[in-house]
Amino acid sequence: MHPILKPAFAPRPTRRGFLTGSAGLVLGLHIVGKARAQSAATADGDFAPNAFIRIAPDNTVTVLVKHIEIGQGANTGLPLLVAEELDADWSQMRAEQAPSDPVVYVNTAFGVQGTGGSTGLSNSYMTMRQAGAAARAMLVSAAADRWGVLPEGITVSKGVVSHADSGNSATFGDLADAAALTPVPVDVALKDPKDFTLIGGDKVTRLDGHAKSTGQAMFTIDVFRDDMEVVSVVHPPKFGATVASFNAATALARPGVTAVRELSSGVAIYADDTYSAFKARADLDIEWDESGAETRSTDAIIEEFTAAARAPAMVAEQTGDVDAALAGADRTIEADYVFPYLAHAALEPMDGVIELRDDGAEIWSGIQIPTIAEPVIAGTLGIDPATLTVNTMYTGGSFGRRSTPVSHFEKELAEVAAKAGPGAYKLLWTREDDMTGGYYRPLTVHHLRAGLDAAGNITGWLNTIANQSIVAGTPFEPMVMPEGMDPTAIEGSRDMAYDWPANRVSWAQMKNPVPVLWWRSVGHTHTAYATETFLDQALLAGGKDTVQGRLDLLKSDRPRDRAVLERVAEMANWSGPGTGDRRMGVALHRSFGSYVAQIAEVEDRGGLPHVTRVWCAVDCGVAVTPDVVRAQMEGGIGYGLGTTLFDEITMAEGGLVQQRNYDSYRMLALPEMPQIEVSIIASSESPTGVGEPGTPPIAPAVSNAWRALTGAMPYRLPYRANSV
Amino acid sequence: MAVNLTVNGKDVTLDVDPDMPLLWALRDHLRLTGTKYGCGIAQCGACTVMLDGQTRRSCVTPVGTLDGAKVETIEAIESEAAKAVQAAWVDINVPQCGYCQSGQVVTAAALLDVNPKPTDAEIDNAMAGNVCRCATYTRIRQAIRQASDTLEA
Ligand code: FES
Ligand code: FES
Repeated sequence: MHPILKPAFAPRPTRRGFLTGSAGLVLGLHIVGKARAQSAATADGDFAPNAFIRIAPDNTVTVLVKHIEIGQGANTGLPLLVAEELDADWSQMRAEQAPSDPVVYVNTAFGVQGTGGSTGLSNSYMTMRQAGAAARAMLVSAAADRWGVLPEGITVSKGVVSHADSGNSATFGDLADAAALTPVPVDVALKDPKDFTLIGGDKVTRLDGHAKSTGQAMFTIDVFRDDMEVVSVVHPPKFGATVASFNAATALARPGVTAVRELSSGVAIYADDTYSAFKARADLDIEWDESGAETRSTDAIIEEFTAAARAPAMVAEQTGDVDAALAGADRTIEADYVFPYLAHAALEPMDGVIELRDDGAEIWSGIQIPTIAEPVIAGTLGIDPATLTVNTMYTGGSFGRRSTPVSHFEKELAEVAAKAGPGAYKLLWTREDDMTGGYYRPLTVHHLRAGLDAAGNITGWLNTIANQSIVAGTPFEPMVMPEGMDPTAIEGSRDMAYDWPANRVSWAQMKNPVPVLWWRSVGHTHTAYATETFLDQALLAGGKDTVQGRLDLLKSDRPRDRAVLERVAEMANWSGPGTGDRRMGVALHRSFGSYVAQIAEVEDRGGLPHVTRVWCAVDCGVAVTPDVVRAQMEGGIGYGLGTTLFDEITMAEGGLVQQRNYDSYRMLALPEMPQIEVSIIASSESPTGVGEPGTPPIAPAVSNAWRALTGAMPYRLPYRANSV
Repeated sequence: MAVNLTVNGKDVTLDVDPDMPLLWALRDHLRLTGTKYGCGIAQCGACTVMLDGQTRRSCVTPVGTLDGAKVETIEAIESEAAKAVQAAWVDINVPQCGYCQSGQVVTAAALLDVNPKPTDAEIDNAMAGNVCRCATYTRIRQAIRQASDTLEA
């Protein structure tokens, strides 16, 4: 069976079985050169030189991918790194999700196993290459033994091991058994990047492309277990409310419904199938305790946050004397920006399958931080974490939603089983649960002020940001905000690329019961917009061109910002925003170690911008798979654009969320997608993120173009909120 | 009430609540999981299937209305156009998370089945109801054009 089509119900090795099975060889822990490396065997006799690679006699090379595949291309990029050093043929490569193991499969950027922050390739770049190089050395050594030749005379190319002088050659599959018996190399040399044949090459097809184009890819929602019940949970309609009491008689009378149970997060309906579970929701009669609930409207919350952004707050960055600069300025400009709560709205709603057995539990889901979730699950079930198996499934988008440090969904899933006892359960949220369930991009207000001198140069810049902390109250808090400052709340607003004499960035931490979470590019979603549109405003007030004005302001130690800005200006033939019915706007923003500049061209369609074209220049270090980089830029632009135009989560007076599904929280549609041209800056720096950095610049680029076209700047997003 | 219909060329009897949407009958009862749930209210297209030769949102199509109907899902579409679409999808690396793609592929294949040489505007029109949250739209357009070219040849 094709490994990426592996259905969830097929037997799979447990963590320990994988490392110590019985026939063949697995080479223990993966860090090549570490003394811990040890031999072990796989049950089916494959050659598995380390915890990342399995080479089968049928000549397939399977890479165990430690990151969840949520669309970002982990199942292509990580195998590609292995294939490069292994000199494999791309057609023999397969990808499979690694089991959970916080040591072997650690994300070196986090210290736990997890996917997020666009770290997937950067934290794997060396380890996956080392894993491939070690496997190659073992195959070569096996071939040398078999042919009685010196390893030096052996070459490997496209999955074939050959010795020219003796005329011998063999495939990896032929050598897999013998390679399993060779010693693990302690130190292996990696290729010089100039010798790469796969990394940076174009036209690598995604390893998951076929399964995802034919309906065969297995997502969590596709998992079925014997006698599995489907569970739907009715959650409190207001944030912070809890169940007071409920009457389940009508629901229980409905055919197909097997039980109704109270969970700490709501009331759960257990049923034979999805339809019965969903249908019975309306039958439940629930009294909610709203004493701790947020009952204010988002308008009231915005008012509170705006007042906080205009008042002194915790200083995050300060250079020069900004108060003096503003007081002595020839002119000052100021603006308040309002960014709404946003739902991630991934197309697959939150879901998970759990099977509780006498000897432990097994989970199938898309969990981005298994190291954090597993103790929560085991604790809720009251089982030894060693008896918990987590299977990572393909996941229908995340954009941050599946990376929940408080593990609320995993806890709910575990409670579903804990309350019901042994059995198999699929917990499936409705779209409405997903949309109204919180864990939103934080509502944020920026208050900005800038001073200009008589020549129109910026002399002082003040930015105060009011929002909730994503990190506070999570297991990351002690590590990330030891001084009480959440850097993710304001990231992108300090350490800017531009130079002016005085600068102050401050943060006002706001608190309320609406749960917030990272959302594709986190703080940069709002800081890029506020800073890059306000900078445009300042440049225009000073009579400057918005590209040249930026170039003139760039710090001398920011050559990579300069390079992407120059590149994008060249791509778009920039000579100002243009004239006529279409105008251009520019934005530049660094996030997750990558530098992205975009120019958007817009026209007016019934009072909303229609974006016709986007030019995008990106520097993400070595582009391991350039086509994945381009795809992530395209996707990041589309994701940011739809949100900018249409989306906000609002609460009415009383605290009810007003958007429930895609009819009121509208996705960008294909006809609204601009033409996009992406240019990747050639680089030999280590790879940096691409999943998120494409998103921040699009909104400010569009609004800067919109201002050029209409004279209006939306200080409150989305656009639709301004027009209604 | 049992409903008799053809699903992917096989005769099937569904003995379920007649109000049950076809989507859940396909997934839960026939275990055809390629067809996906995204919204349940005909707003995303993830659940698109072919019903008597036309695209249909299975999430709002009650089983009770389907006696004698002919349903085809992503698992079984195999017209020339469908094959061309799937090949182009793989070649152009259209899928990201992949969750919407069954619906996209079924819709694109249905377009090329009846209109092998669509204009850009016809492509935009035909695909406008299929949401891709990963915004793979530029590649969807490109892949449909490529599939259309191979069909001509
Ligand atoms: S699930 Fe049917 S259109 Fe969204
Ligand atoms: S590929 Fe993710 S929703 Fe379309």
